[in-house]
Amino acid sequence: MKLSFSKQDEQFRAEVAAWLQANLCGEYETIRWRGGPGDEHMYVEERKAWERKLHEGGWTCIGWPEAHGGRGASIEQQVIFNEEYARAGGPGRIGHIGETLAGPTIIAFGSDQQQQRFLPGILRGEEFWCQGYSEPSAGSDLANVKTRASFDSDTQQWKISGQKVWTSLAHESQYCFVIARTDPDSVGHKGLGFFLLAMDQAGVDVRPIEQLTGTSEFNEVFFDEARCGANDIVGLPGDGWKVAMGLLGFERGVSTLGQQMLFQNELNEIVALAKRNGAARDPALRARIADAHMGLRIMRYNSMRMLSGGVDDGALQKSAMIYKLYWASWHRNLGKLAMDVLGDESEILEAAPYQLGRLQSMYLFTRSDTIYGGTNQIQRNIIAERALGMPREPRG
Amino acid sequence: MDFKFSDEQIMIRDTAEAFLAEVSTSAAVRAAMVTERGYDPDLWARICTEMYWPAIHIPEQYGGLGLGYVELVATLEQMGRRLLCAPFFASVCLAGNALLVAGNDAQKGAWLPRLVAGSSATLAFAGPQGGSDAAAVSVTCEQVGGRYRLNGVSRYVLDGHTAEWLVVAARAPGSAGNSGVSLLVLEANTEGVSRQWLPTMDQTRKQAQISFDDVWLDADALLGVEGESASALETVLDLARVALAADQVGGAQQSLDMTVDYLQERVQFGRSIASYQAVKHKCADMMVKVEAGRSALYYAACIADEALAGSAQSSQLAEAASIAKGYCSDAYFFNAGCGIQLFGGVGFTAEYDIQLYFKRAKSTETFLGNGDYHRQRLARQLLDEETI
Repeated sequence: MKLSFSKQDEQFRAEVAAWLQANLCGEYETIRWRGGPGDEHMYVEERKAWERKLHEGGWTCIGWPEAHGGRGASIEQQVIFNEEYARAGGPGRIGHIGETLAGPTIIAFGSDQQQQRFLPGILRGEEFWCQGYSEPSAGSDLANVKTRASFDSDTQQWKISGQKVWTSLAHESQYCFVIARTDPDSVGHKGLGFFLLAMDQAGVDVRPIEQLTGTSEFNEVFFDEARCGANDIVGLPGDGWKVAMGLLGFERGVSTLGQQMLFQNELNEIVALAKRNGAARDPALRARIADAHMGLRIMRYNSMRMLSGGVDDGALQKSAMIYKLYWASWHRNLGKLAMDVLGDESEILEAAPYQLGRLQSMYLFTRSDTIYGGTNQIQRNIIAERALGMPREPRG
Repeated sequence: MDFKFSDEQIMIRDTAEAFLAEVSTSAAVRAAMVTERGYDPDLWARICTEMYWPAIHIPEQYGGLGLGYVELVATLEQMGRRLLCAPFFASVCLAGNALLVAGNDAQKGAWLPRLVAGSSATLAFAGPQGGSDAAAVSVTCEQVGGRYRLNGVSRYVLDGHTAEWLVVAARAPGSAGNSGVSLLVLEANTEGVSRQWLPTMDQTRKQAQISFDDVWLDADALLGVEGESASALETVLDLARVALAADQVGGAQQSLDMTVDYLQERVQFGRSIASYQAVKHKCADMMVKVEAGRSALYYAACIADEALAGSAQSSQLAEAASIAKGYCSDAYFFNAGCGIQLFGGVGFTAEYDIQLYFKRAKSTETFLGNGDYHRQRLARQLLDEETI
């Protein structure tokens, strides 16, 4: 049991840090620390330019195989990159859905033609992707997809109709990967297809959702006979669920330490605030601040175990199943702590009509943490059923 | 990054698990815990002479195996799972660590081989008011003509009534807090030492009160520097906290496992009650606690290794120990408490073992500082920039 990274990995860390220090400055200074969760709608053009800058340095898609233009970086190196990126205040990555979800899926399941067509745009930071999974009636129950795809033999194209929801960056993306029902008589996870769909066409309508933060990072996306080429389905009609589940497996926890660096910045801000405004002398708040510190340190140790443990029968080891429930609950509590440390000032906005301060924005945004990506309730079901082997609730 | 057990560490853990499943059964625990001594001497002898557990982290030059704190913690976790009744924690993790931290070569050479051979020992530090740090020390130590005289009472001494030798924390008369604290080692049967067993709510962990009435010790009894051992004591207590957190992780894991097994069998309204979400979600929360506690524990064990090797600062050990002991204290109590609730009526009976875990959870939580204590300690480090 060792706590440190290898010498080569530390060299890699130094290389990443040096590049970021030399490049994340000047015209990019304004976007440092910006565009993260709760702030994704900000500085979009500047952040797109930054994606191209990253590519120039060879820092996009570092986990992809070298044959596809990546660096073939190890899990450790990807962790280190994310950690240093967050430490340097790197802006929220507009390219992350393409880099971490669409790209790896196309590499694993796509045809040669799809790989040649779609991967270079992601790699160069020029083409952005969004994710068409959730629907109004398919949230936690993802297999309840109602969007339909039918093949039009006259035009030799797929026609896709239906509605997706919670689609972040839809209005900034050129492409969307969409799960749609190819067999109209099918139910559940059978009869689905996985489509690579161009967003710039008449049959696609993007409508922002106004959140309780007053901002809009998510969208509804309506498809009305949107067109998708015959070659733009990944795998065969009916393979959609297999491809979608494979994609979920690509999230290997490499972003966890980077995420924790952002959390650490937030906690540092709360600690500094508490020392300034006297909250650090309140015994109840002192205990809660210490508890938050304790929880964040343990989150890091959890990640270290998860990353060291690797895979177990192709799935993440059982102890890794606690990760989402743990961080989401911790972060939601941090949001409340931030407001309680702010005290009376927590109510006062920066400006009308509804301009939130950083901590206020974080507080409100954390209410989504325990919902998206599998609610806390679904996470508890997963832990109980898959890790503890408890029986499933009888299903309706 | 290799933050997982090596193959050898897994073997050590599995060996401990198998041995304890055989010897520390519910019946064996219940038989030992109702005696005043609190353990089975034959089993203790096997632990020392067959398993060599007291030797694990003792350097080879003193007859030990020269392994590390990770190996020790892996073994302690299994002891916690099986509620082992033995003077292991008091002897190795309190007295043994005190010698390792504060003793000179001659003292280590005199006492550690006895520890390895199975002689039991403990640390007496808290006075009758209790407490979890150097401020709790109340026995006085005066130097008179090159010898030391102890007077006063120490309470909450683990296995204090049975230990063959003692490490005692004492302070200069009139001193308070971290000043004036000395550590001394002595035979338990030294003249002037009287010991009284204190019956405890958790019967698996014995406590005693020890009175020192003009106890005279030679100069070589002193560990470290007279009056300047508060930080050494704090390091010993931090090492012990990491060890106690291991017991807690083991107990929290067993509380969860026993509960899930019971829930799978119990049928109500025509189905296993393990299929109800209200029940499953509580178990999921228990798993989060035990896994997070385990992460905190293993990290702290690595830091303890570095601290014993002199490559980690005492403030790093203090932080890691407070995180582990604070979190695991709450986790064990939570899991054992949920366990009683989920067992339902039988959880309240003496017959089912979950009550024994519930009681051990509380005693390990209180000893060396509960979650509240460690949050306050961390808050001082974080908000007041004090070294702790």
